[in-house]
Amino acid sequence: MDELIKARQKARTGSRLSLEDALLLYQNASLLELGQWARAAKERHSGKNVYYNINRHLNLSNTCTASCPLCAFSVKEGDNRGYILSLEKITEIIKRAVQEAPALTEIHIVSSLCPDVEFSYYLDVLHTVRKLLPDVHIQAFTPVEIVHFAKISGKSIKEVLQCLKTAGLSSLPGGGAEILDDHIRQIICPDKASTAEWVETVKTAHRMGIPTNASILYGHIETLEQRLAHLFKLRAIQDETGGFGAFVSFPFYPQNTKLAELYPIKPLTAWENLKFIAISRLVLDNIDHIKAFWIMLSEEIAQLALAFGADDLDGTVGEEKIIHAAGAKTGSLMTRAHLSKMIVQAGYCPVERDSLYNPVKQPVSL
Amino acid sequence: MDTTLDKIEEKIQKGQRLSKEDGMALYASNDLARIGQMADTVRKRISGDFVYYNVNLHVNLTNICIGQCKFCAFGCKRTSDKAYELTKQSILDRIAKAAEDPDMRNLHIVSGLHPDWPYEHYLDIIKTIKKTFPTLHLKGFTGVEIMHFVKISGKSIETVLRELIAAGLEAMPGGGAEILDDSIRQKLCPNKATSAEWLEVARTAHKLGIKTNASMLYGHIETKEQRINHLLTLRALQDETGGLQTFICFPFQPKNTALEDSITRTSVWDDLKTMAISRLMLDNVHNIKAYWVMLTLPIAMLALGFGANDIDGTVGGEKIMHAAGVHSQKSLSKNTLIAAIKETGRIPAECDCNSNVIRTF
Repeated sequence: MDELIKARQKARTGSRLSLEDALLLYQNASLLELGQWARAAKERHSGKNVYYNINRHLNLSNTCTASCPLCAFSVKEGDNRGYILSLEKITEIIKRAVQEAPALTEIHIVSSLCPDVEFSYYLDVLHTVRKLLPDVHIQAFTPVEIVHFAKISGKSIKEVLQCLKTAGLSSLPGGGAEILDDHIRQIICPDKASTAEWVETVKTAHRMGIPTNASILYGHIETLEQRLAHLFKLRAIQDETGGFGAFVSFPFYPQNTKLAELYPIKPLTAWENLKFIAISRLVLDNIDHIKAFWIMLSEEIAQLALAFGADDLDGTVGEEKIIHAAGAKTGSLMTRAHLSKMIVQAGYCPVERDSLYNPVKQPVSL
Repeated sequence: MDTTLDKIEEKIQKGQRLSKEDGMALYASNDLARIGQMADTVRKRISGDFVYYNVNLHVNLTNICIGQCKFCAFGCKRTSDKAYELTKQSILDRIAKAAEDPDMRNLHIVSGLHPDWPYEHYLDIIKTIKKTFPTLHLKGFTGVEIMHFVKISGKSIETVLRELIAAGLEAMPGGGAEILDDSIRQKLCPNKATSAEWLEVARTAHKLGIKTNASMLYGHIETKEQRINHLLTLRALQDETGGLQTFICFPFQPKNTALEDSITRTSVWDDLKTMAISRLMLDNVHNIKAYWVMLTLPIAMLALGFGANDIDGTVGGEKIMHAAGVHSQKSLSKNTLIAAIKETGRIPAECDCNSNVIRTF
């Protein structure tokens, strides 16, 4: 029990936690103790600010060479539900997005590993968006997609990233990390980037000055220890590169996934999601921002997450398809006024940010 | 650090009673996890690690109601096409079906104020149920319904209660308290029991040895101060009688009510804060209920961390809240409730309508 007392002490004072500390706290501390320590940690990183951004999600395609049992979005080649967006269609979507939200600062692009297009398509997509919106931040392509591009183009990871950067890429989102443990990846996503490939891609990006986010997909077949160990892997990368802007946790939605047919998976509860956000904030002491992604958590739980260490509600996300395919019941658009109200109600200052957490407007004072 | 909360926390650690100002300060603070933690400390002290639930059936005898309260989506006029009246036989059939589950021990009977049914009809229903199902526990009739019986029978509160008890009534639910402030009641529910009447029914029931619950309907037109006053009114009653066994917060559900266009549903943030503040203010009430029907199960679980120690029951047959568009399921299995309670690290305790523990898991 001495160890637990020490771990509590560390969490309370903001000292660095070990994996053993995190496990002890997760299993023994109460939800609200974790919440209070995490809230204090949040305030050390970002004071009273809570961030959101005005962005637009684009999912270019859903036909995927990988068939990850965790996914409800992708379809196989030849499936009549398959789609890929043409450059004309993308132009149309972007123009409409700007009309609907003139304050748009980010285009967020995540897609399947599409067998029908070459690497040049993605460069064309970036050129197209960049031409329409010279100043917008383009956050596109998870490390898993980057590894895929390397394979289809015969280029190195570094070369791929260089080409994308030249074509207008600003940063990478954090998806595809799932659980960075190859035993788990063999079961939940055997066809896509390995742990080493994912890690190498983000490190390469960071070294080239391309920031990324980091993520976790949890609540499927992983053990609590594997779930927490994932956070420590991210923390070690961040110690080395400092390139992660934010961490986002994706609770696994079993509906419509192969994984849920193969394994008995107990759906996550709000209790568990808030507890995990709190422990993430405490463990990831070197990552400045923890997102409560309202589209996955629901607005209400995302707001509560602000009392459990989160400092970012993500954006007003238009046309998100991947998570909704797996049964998330949230809407897909949120107004700025509504996000602000949620933040003010939680006692924090809403800050509209760009993708790098620079305030777009002055914080609204309370 | 918030010094006001520090002072409140100190009082709580010493077991001192919180004042109205303390209650207002808690509402003004947004340190939600800290407020929750304080409530959790008090919960542990007052009610330990058990979380009560019961296997029960709700029976809403009729929705025809002379009340016409603005916050209600259930009550209607006789001419409405959704109006219904359960016959005695259909009541017995319903109960018989639910009683096929040997764990089902509790009936929860709450209904509209029917314009024509005589008082004797209710007595007869209770007698018949008790005779047919002698092992079931009967919790029924809010203070508002009791006042209605008083009016239609010409008898006193005490006589009505004595007769219902003789017929088999064992406990009373907490509904109809709404906000015990007549300026609010005049606006929202002018046709039903006043604050004084509601309190007098509870007081009389307690004197006769019947435990009652108490509720608060919040998130409509009331101020935070009126909420705190409501809690203090109940605390004073409890000091006097000791007969309140459980307090329940009902967040107002505007859908399908007369207030639908002007009021939005409270946030879960407010719900959890209100749960915690209720636990902290009502230092003399044993149980604080997280009524999953209104909160949904995931939020009711969270509420167990914010001071609650009761999650209500399996609730077959509930109609009143569902009429107002709550998103929860119609009923939950006992195993679902047990698993939810266990996930929060607490001990599921199956109980009867007087919080007597039947068994734990």
